[in-house]
Amino acid sequence: MIMSMSIEVIRPGLLTTVQDLGRPGLQRFGVTPGGAMDTLAMRMANVLAGNNEREAVLEATMAGPSLAFERDTLLAIAGGDLSPAIDGEPAPMNRPLYVPAGRTLAFGRPRRGCRAYVAVSGGFDVPEAMGSRSTYLRGGLGGYEGRALQAGDRLAIRAPDDLGSRMAAHMSRELSASERPFLAATWSAVGLHPWERLVRAAGAEPIAAGRPGQGRSALAGASGSSHAATAIIRVLPATHEALFADESLNAIYGEAFAVAPQSDRMGYRLTGTPLRLRQPAELLSEAVAFGTVQVPPDGQPIVLMADRQTTGGYPRIAQVASVDLPLLAQLKPGDRVVFEAITASEAERLLLARERELARLRAGIRLKFR
Amino acid sequence: MMTERESAERSAADIRLEPLGDSAAVVRFGETIDPLVHRRVIGLAERLAHSPVPGMTDVVPAFASLTVHYDPIALHARHGTAVREAGGSFGYVSRCLAELIQAGGHAAVAQARIVDIPVCYGAELGPDLGEVAAHSALTEEEVIAIHAAGDYTVYMIGFAPGFPYLGGLSPRIATPRQATPRLAIPAGSVAIGGGQTGVYPLATPGGWRIIGRTPIRLFRPEEPIPSFLRAGDRVRFRPITRKEYDRYEEGAT
Repeated sequence: MIMSMSIEVIRPGLLTTVQDLGRPGLQRFGVTPGGAMDTLAMRMANVLAGNNEREAVLEATMAGPSLAFERDTLLAIAGGDLSPAIDGEPAPMNRPLYVPAGRTLAFGRPRRGCRAYVAVSGGFDVPEAMGSRSTYLRGGLGGYEGRALQAGDRLAIRAPDDLGSRMAAHMSRELSASERPFLAATWSAVGLHPWERLVRAAGAEPIAAGRPGQGRSALAGASGSSHAATAIIRVLPATHEALFADESLNAIYGEAFAVAPQSDRMGYRLTGTPLRLRQPAELLSEAVAFGTVQVPPDGQPIVLMADRQTTGGYPRIAQVASVDLPLLAQLKPGDRVVFEAITASEAERLLLARERELARLRAGIRLKFR
Repeated sequence: MMTERESAERSAADIRLEPLGDSAAVVRFGETIDPLVHRRVIGLAERLAHSPVPGMTDVVPAFASLTVHYDPIALHARHGTAVREAGGSFGYVSRCLAELIQAGGHAAVAQARIVDIPVCYGAELGPDLGEVAAHSALTEEEVIAIHAAGDYTVYMIGFAPGFPYLGGLSPRIATPRQATPRLAIPAGSVAIGGGQTGVYPLATPGGWRIIGRTPIRLFRPEEPIPSFLRAGDRVRFRPITRKEYDRYEEGAT
């Protein structure tokens, strides 16, 4: 039987993988949950394409892919701005796009963030592995044959549900009434990503502290020619915080750390003032989480990301608040991180507020395409 | 003689609950590698498998702690009032966990599974057996005999899918890791790293000394439980010949 393929990969981009919300529930067997690095953008792209927010999307990294559409397709792009364009014409992000057969979506230079999410109405059709369509690169599992996309790959799309079908029909009518190469909705979803916490900062001078009660810092007004950006990432104290020397705690909450080139989907390696324990400690390995900031003996912290190991034995100095994981996932090598401590109740309040915004977006789209 | 209730309270009293960020809670039973502490970890993991706390997405037993990952958004959506009364998701999950621990007390842990792992020791499947023997001032045969006589406990699955952290290696054959790690330790390799021994489910870089290889697949992504071993299992290594190993490889598993 010939499968109906709908998208051909012309160029794969630097690292483009199929991702969904991952495979939780298997961590006790050492299986990482994985999934999209920036789940907020991944869910937004799905909602804007008329999907259930768990559908499989493409995660493009830094240099995005070129994708040729073999049939009319409703899609949405969210997350990092990698300069998407359809047949050369800039394609707006964060809104439904209707692209006729024969057109090609390509990406240019990264303008903000580094991971873009492409959702197509219905979702990408790859087999589930351990309950998820996410690509787990280290295990060669899930996604498209367990690997990143390559030129010549052909991707199938699942049938959309009622909402996606209604949106596509609606946009198809509008497009045929116009002369344009594709149709973008006249409205967009903005404000869900905390981009205001990602600023272009000049120089390497230390940035004022982010410990509780000390207020924000010089960052707010910082500007400069450097291409690198600095993000203020909110964290909670971790279990081994008290084991660290005072100077190290001052450093983690007072200085910027750079994202090292060896950073990947598994973890972000940060470089800066080495962080030291007061005295050597023998620790037993135990569970880690998305956003655990652990410190190996060289003193350079590692933030564990989507494809992390499930357990770790290094001391943990902090834990990134869930609400800021999407922004952290958009940082690229050379960008810098400033940590700001917040309380658990603040972290929870911020996360719930973000979730309410996403729920409003979902409800708004349902209303618009009733 | 303590009543069952007193005993449950005593066992609950020395347990500490702490948050791991905003989406996980750690139950701490101790700070040492101790079979009795680990049995309590496994006991709670088993109870959670049968009666999960609300919002739970994962439970990860370790040497002396157990971590419950939870979804605060789902918790607020389904148990909003109770969660707010408890001061937030962590407070609510802690309360549920404390109740479960109280109720369970010293409830008997299911008998550990005893799992047999056939190993072809030495030669090209165990290239570092000679170094381990030299370091231990033993013959290769003695190293094999000591390794295969051990009674090992799976304390935790972690590091890689299906990788067991095993306790119980005889100090007589403990051998430091290699100074320069290999780029790829083949899947199935049985190795010694310091005072630990383990089996590699996937080809992975590593500095442990490879003393043999098992034809058993430890990571089975196509099965509902994708790990051959589970925390709490008891493991016995059984020496097999190269011929037997090849027969397994041909599909006798």
